[in-house]
Amino acid sequence: MISKESIIASLNNVGPNTLYELSKRLILLIPASFDYVAPRTLDEGVKFLEKQGDDAKVLAGGHSLIPLLRFRLASPKYLVDINRIVGLEYIRESDGYLHIGSLTRYADVEASQLIQSKYQVLSDAAGHIADPLVRNMGTVGGNICHSDPANDLPATMLALGASMVALGSSGERVIPAEQFFVDTFQTALKLTELLKEIRVPVPSAHTGSAYMKLERRVGDFPIVGVAAQVKLNAQGICENVGLGLTAAGPKALKPKGAEASLRGKKPGEKEIREAANLAAQDAQPVSDLRGPAEYKREMIRVLTVRALQRALERARGGT
Amino acid sequence: MAVEAPVIHEMGHAIKRKEDPRFIQGHGNYVDDIKLPGMLHLDFVRSTYAHAKITRINAEKALAHPGVLAVVTGKDLEAAGLAWMPTLMNDKQMVLPTDTVVYQGQEVAGVVAEDRYAAADGVALVEVEYESLPVVVDPRKALEPGAPVVRPDKNTNAVFHWEAGDKQAVDKTFKEADVVVKQDLYYPRIHVSYMETIGCVAQFDSIAGKLTMWMTTQAPHAVRTVASLVTHIPENKIRIVSPDIGGGFGGKVYVYPGYVVAAVASIKTGRPVKYINDRSEDHQSTAFGRDWYMTAELAAKRDGRILGLRINTTSDHGAFFGDANPSKFPAGLFSICTGSYDMKAAYAEVNGAHTNKPPGGITYRCSFRVTEAAYAIERIVDILAHKLNMDPAELRKKNFVPADKFPYKSALGWSYDSGNYQAAMDKALKKIGYAELRKEQEEKRKRGELMGIGISSFTEIVGAGPANTFDILGLKMFDSCEIRIHPTGTAIARFGTKSQGQGHETTYAQIISEELGLPVDAITVEEGDTDTAPYGLGTYASRSTPTAGAAAAMASRKIQAKAKKIAAYLLEAREEDLVWERGKFFVKGSPDKAKTIQDIAFAAYTNHPPDLEAGLEAVHYYNPPNMTFPFGTYVCVVDIDRGTGEVKVRRFLAVDDCGNIINPLIVEGQIHGALAMGFGTAFMEEIKYDSDGNQLGGNFMDYLIPTAVETPRWETDKTVTPSPHHPFGAKGVGESATVGSPAAYVNAVVDALSHLGVTHVDMPLHPWRVWQILKDKGVAL
Ligand SMILES: Cc1cc2nc3c(=O)[nH]c(=O)nc-3n(C[C@H](O)[C@H](O)[C@H](O)COP(=O)(O)OP(=O)(O)OC[C@H]3O[C@@H](n4cnc5c(N)ncnc54)[C@H](O)[C@@H]3O)c2cc1C
Repeated sequence: MISKESIIASLNNVGPNTLYELSKRLILLIPASFDYVAPRTLDEGVKFLEKQGDDAKVLAGGHSLIPLLRFRLASPKYLVDINRIVGLEYIRESDGYLHIGSLTRYADVEASQLIQSKYQVLSDAAGHIADPLVRNMGTVGGNICHSDPANDLPATMLALGASMVALGSSGERVIPAEQFFVDTFQTALKLTELLKEIRVPVPSAHTGSAYMKLERRVGDFPIVGVAAQVKLNAQGICENVGLGLTAAGPKALKPKGAEASLRGKKPGEKEIREAANLAAQDAQPVSDLRGPAEYKREMIRVLTVRALQRALERARGGT
Repeated sequence: MAVEAPVIHEMGHAIKRKEDPRFIQGHGNYVDDIKLPGMLHLDFVRSTYAHAKITRINAEKALAHPGVLAVVTGKDLEAAGLAWMPTLMNDKQMVLPTDTVVYQGQEVAGVVAEDRYAAADGVALVEVEYESLPVVVDPRKALEPGAPVVRPDKNTNAVFHWEAGDKQAVDKTFKEADVVVKQDLYYPRIHVSYMETIGCVAQFDSIAGKLTMWMTTQAPHAVRTVASLVTHIPENKIRIVSPDIGGGFGGKVYVYPGYVVAAVASIKTGRPVKYINDRSEDHQSTAFGRDWYMTAELAAKRDGRILGLRINTTSDHGAFFGDANPSKFPAGLFSICTGSYDMKAAYAEVNGAHTNKPPGGITYRCSFRVTEAAYAIERIVDILAHKLNMDPAELRKKNFVPADKFPYKSALGWSYDSGNYQAAMDKALKKIGYAELRKEQEEKRKRGELMGIGISSFTEIVGAGPANTFDILGLKMFDSCEIRIHPTGTAIARFGTKSQGQGHETTYAQIISEELGLPVDAITVEEGDTDTAPYGLGTYASRSTPTAGAAAAMASRKIQAKAKKIAAYLLEAREEDLVWERGKFFVKGSPDKAKTIQDIAFAAYTNHPPDLEAGLEAVHYYNPPNMTFPFGTYVCVVDIDRGTGEVKVRRFLAVDDCGNIINPLIVEGQIHGALAMGFGTAFMEEIKYDSDGNQLGGNFMDYLIPTAVETPRWETDKTVTPSPHHPFGAKGVGESATVGSPAAYVNAVVDALSHLGVTHVDMPLHPWRVWQILKDKGVAL
């Protein structure tokens, strides 16, 4: 039995977009045998994890975990299918936050009027994950817990300044996105915890956001992606900027220098370029089939420009 | 008998495909759908090394695993004389290695188990120890002195040297030339990516001594004959069945080690054995296409008149030379590389090499290397136009083989049957609005925007082929049709070909309908079962209509001749006095007194002339007198994103000429599919290897094929120039667009960049590759 740690350790050696790195040596496509449990309540799920966490893997949409099982990069003793837990799929605003249940599917995020109107970066990103098949199954929680730097939602959550609500046997804890993503396939979540929901601060007026993704082909993981949220004041001065970079390093990155460079400024072409240059400097892309590192870094720059432009248009009342 | 006049769907009608109701309702019957009582499952341990000595195989743990019955290794097969098998190109290939592996993903040991999961568990438990050996993955390096030798049984990596044309005559044209252009062109290695992976079910009946194999093969008869020759199982005791096939594209002409191991396992265990490749296994071990390094040179006069062509090629064949070629053509039909252009002389040379990569080369709707040939000539002609500062359409027109010169003898010896290249091009340019597009391009350039227009005016060569030149391991490349008309006027027709999605059940029925006047729905078409089908060489290289389609017409005509005798008897008239009108005979001058083909069929079994055999059936083995030469002009319009290097294909127009058309709907479908494949080749598909021979791109996460989203909206049109030698004037069409389109895409992208001094970009046109050029030329945003 391979432990979660050993999987993570082996995956960490090879960097992002990794399944392929190992799969080329392991051409098996049939998973090893495992036991299957399907708790009906959060409580039941957490209790099981408390007991068997080391030997168990949570199954949400399955669109990252099943490939790992099939390549035998993960061979857990138990699959804990959380799909039957009622009340984990929701999108609602209350107490100054947007609450997204961890089991909420991308398709529902993409279709949500609320998200389309106020959290465009999230509907942009969710709408561009893989293909409709994956979007009908994949969950926001799974996307984040997987912490693949090539996944679109980790960077999106960084840009939005989201936090994750983890549930363990001793109760809930709230983890800010910046601390949540630890490394490739590694999060701050404990093996005995479930991710319950994602919280995004409700944006104030004159806020706009956008996600830009460069892909080789629809349905593919991004070459790189950039998430941006911009908050202007009534005078059009940038009050706050959130950025997140996809496929630009071992985990989703938050280019703080770029964010800071725009704060307190009226963002014109020059300021945007300056921020994009800083974002590109922060990127640590690696060369692979999706392109050489140099290209990816340049594309972070190009997409940061485009994402900021789009976010600003939206902040100023465009769509 | 008052019967309603039956609906006849003869040639030229766009009827829907007869096979589709079963496919679209999930009722196709593919190899993996076959489930036999007591069936076992075979899975393979595959080499993790590209080149290594096997020092030890330990199967103990695997054999101890519940459900695992046996582990088959090369040594086991060696004992039975089956460790190696012959290839289609007179080479031999390891079934399972006895001591050396020669590519990554190669089958090392077969695990036979009660179910698919146990087999996979067993594979994971077999321990193989390797001692790595030096690797060579680039065919050009493989031919250099001192390169690691790939094959344990050979002392060189050279596979063959082939040449065509008059070298001295060509050298002379280069001396006479005002301009010479030269370009290195790499045609990348790709995988056919059919929907259904390779697999088989082997069932040995020990009482009857008969081996039945359901397998994914495009050429069932050839497989049966070769299997009999190799195993000494009498040929009547081998039955190969190709059930429905989910795409072949040439990759299923090859014979794979898994077939042999499955057969051996069934013979040994007495139980049916199923073997189905996973997608990743398939991508990493089955036949690739292309991997072809060319240097093309064109000599011309200042006015654009082409004088001579020279192409030098190094080709990769992997570890075993198993290309699915006609035997006398190690480089396929590459000598079609003079394309649509009239020139004095040409010379082409190909040097084949072994590398530590899986065998292959001929696949992916390539018409036996015509993809490479068409790409080379259509690219180098564009480069010449650029150099001469001539419009690429004008240059082409100036050099086209004129319509009145057909049949045309090409500089490399082919006799083109018919063509009208100028007509196809005129139609294409008019339809796309070429002059306006050029104007738009000029204006865009002023604004710094990048837009390009690419043209490809290809000539195909299909329908192998005349028996005197074309054979596979000595088996002549005719093809066959057998028609039996039942007493009540319906029919079954069987063929030596095998559809993999081409729609044979419909088109063949339409041909017979055209010839005999039977309704299409009254004709059942069957292929793929060697116990019932007449002998044939199978379906690939767009040969089915030119060969078996012709056989259908000829067999129908034999039936019609006999029907005439019966009609004469029934009408008490002389044969000479009878007139045939589709579906019936009548006596000249009295059309109301007719005997329908149905009347005649019934009489053939109930009231036939006393001096004639009963029955109404015929078989024909058609040996085509020549190849057919389809052609067309494709125009592609692209826009390039200066920020990212992404290319957007704005428009793509294909004007095709495949002679007379049996079913326009199917022809259009074939063209759409092949255009999409050409698009994939041009923009995203490529199998790469690192220097250790690790395959990069062994699954659909890394190896991309296009989806409906990025595939352009195709515009299609046609001209019709019938083949003069084919019974109903048809030519093949399945591969025209894979042959013709890649150059159009690349020409368009190069055209968009030509004012920056760019003359060539290798496929695939990845965004980063295009961006690199933008950056180097200082125009990246
Ligand atoms: C063909 C294909 C293309 C794809 N392309 C993209 C793309 O372009 N962009 C992109 O972002 N993603 C892409 N993905 C990945 C996809 O979005 C996955 O759905 C996602 O990465 C994982 O979410 P899931 O719900 O499927 O989780 P699962 O696969 O079920 O789980 C993923 C991981 O998260 C853990 N987990 C899941 N939920 C919880 C929870 N509530 N609490 C604790 N742990 C949990 C699991 O144990 C597992 O380790 C693609 C996947 C495929 C198959």
